Amino acid sequence: MNIELTHIEYFLPEIELTNSHLAERFEKTEEEIYKSTGVLSRRIRSESQIGSDLGLYAAERLLSNFPELKKKIDLLIFCTEGLDYKAPTTASTLHFKLGLEQNCACIDMPMGCAGFVYGLSLAKSFILSENATCVLFITADIPSSVIHSDDFEMRAIFGDAGVATIIEKSVRGKIGRFVYGTDGAGAENLIVSDGSTRKPIDENWLIKYSNETDSLAHGRMHMNGLEIARFSLQKVPILLENVLHKNELSFEQIDLFVFHQASDFILKALKRKCKIPDDKFYTYFENIGNTVSCSIPIALYHAEQEGKLKRGDKVMLLGFGVGYSWAGTIIEY
Amino acid sequence: MWDILGQEQLSNIKFVNLIMDIQELITHIENEFDELPNGVLYPETSIREIEGWSSMHALILIALVDNHYDVLLTGEELKNALTVQDLFSIIVNRKS
Repeated sequence: MNIELTHIEYFLPEIELTNSHLAERFEKTEEEIYKSTGVLSRRIRSESQIGSDLGLYAAERLLSNFPELKKKIDLLIFCTEGLDYKAPTTASTLHFKLGLEQNCACIDMPMGCAGFVYGLSLAKSFILSENATCVLFITADIPSSVIHSDDFEMRAIFGDAGVATIIEKSVRGKIGRFVYGTDGAGAENLIVSDGSTRKPIDENWLIKYSNETDSLAHGRMHMNGLEIARFSLQKVPILLENVLHKNELSFEQIDLFVFHQASDFILKALKRKCKIPDDKFYTYFENIGNTVSCSIPIALYHAEQEGKLKRGDKVMLLGFGVGYSWAGTIIEY
Repeated sequence: MWDILGQEQLSNIKFVNLIMDIQELITHIENEFDELPNGVLYPETSIREIEGWSSMHALILIALVDNHYDVLLTGEELKNALTVQDLFSIIVNRKS
């Protein structure tokens, strides 16, 4: 039995954070910001929107385009680092809002930048084991909710988004074998440490961040950009080789490489290190920045729109980031 | 051939090789740092005093050294590299 990714739809919040906004705030020119980040603009949630809202809008859009899917969905996976509640699962609240059938399983998965590849793996496993037939996989992240307004680098790179995808038994496509990796020693290099069970926020925190949206009550993201770059340069080329090997394919047999859209710098450095030709390396970063778990499916969507991804193409997907965690596979689109 | 060379000549040859190699590193850095004209860097140039130096340049150096020398510098190593010569020495040590 083969499994394939059949539909992708996404949603971006309306508020745009442009380089002009950032230039005003950080005493840099728009050109300097673009040159150092490769980003022109990013979308930011409104104060009333959270991750699951963006995911919900994407799923509603998808199901309104393909209403026949609604009764078929028997597994909903929701991947985010900003769950609605400690309990219940956010997937079950999305399930209710979308009006899905009650025979549908629901799972939350807080996975970050490797999340899309992990979700594909989970969906494939459920279908192959005959525990599901049609999977709605929603990814949604709102990194802006945990970025301090003074943190230029992160504000310039990250953007918010929600994506809905459908994974089903295949008519034509295929999802290949997966390679995973984890190194918890890197946790401190990209972390939102406060605002959860181990380090709940307190009154001092709320006072300290009283000028920030929601007083940064969801926590504040810390990123060691240098260590994240080192991690990416060290692990991703090996991941690429291992994914090829596990899928018994050669480098030349891959039609398109779609990596997690971490940053312009990391993408260019990886392309060069892995010796990937320009026409086989797809990026969609300039207008949305790094949208965490949403970056790979949004890139796939646009690659198809631009005619760079055609049915039958073999596409390598590599996700990597917070954890550290990394995962890769090859899909036949 | 080496037998007939004196110690001084031998060390000169090593010195010339070192100069050539560090010059290659300098060329790589000058090529990668867009705003930097060629010929402005020397072994004794302080890395952090390069015009326009920012945290982004640290990332560029990490990627450059990884790409050309297959050495992934640690944050600590980069911190300890004050001059281009220091950086070169770290690369040589890691390669040896």
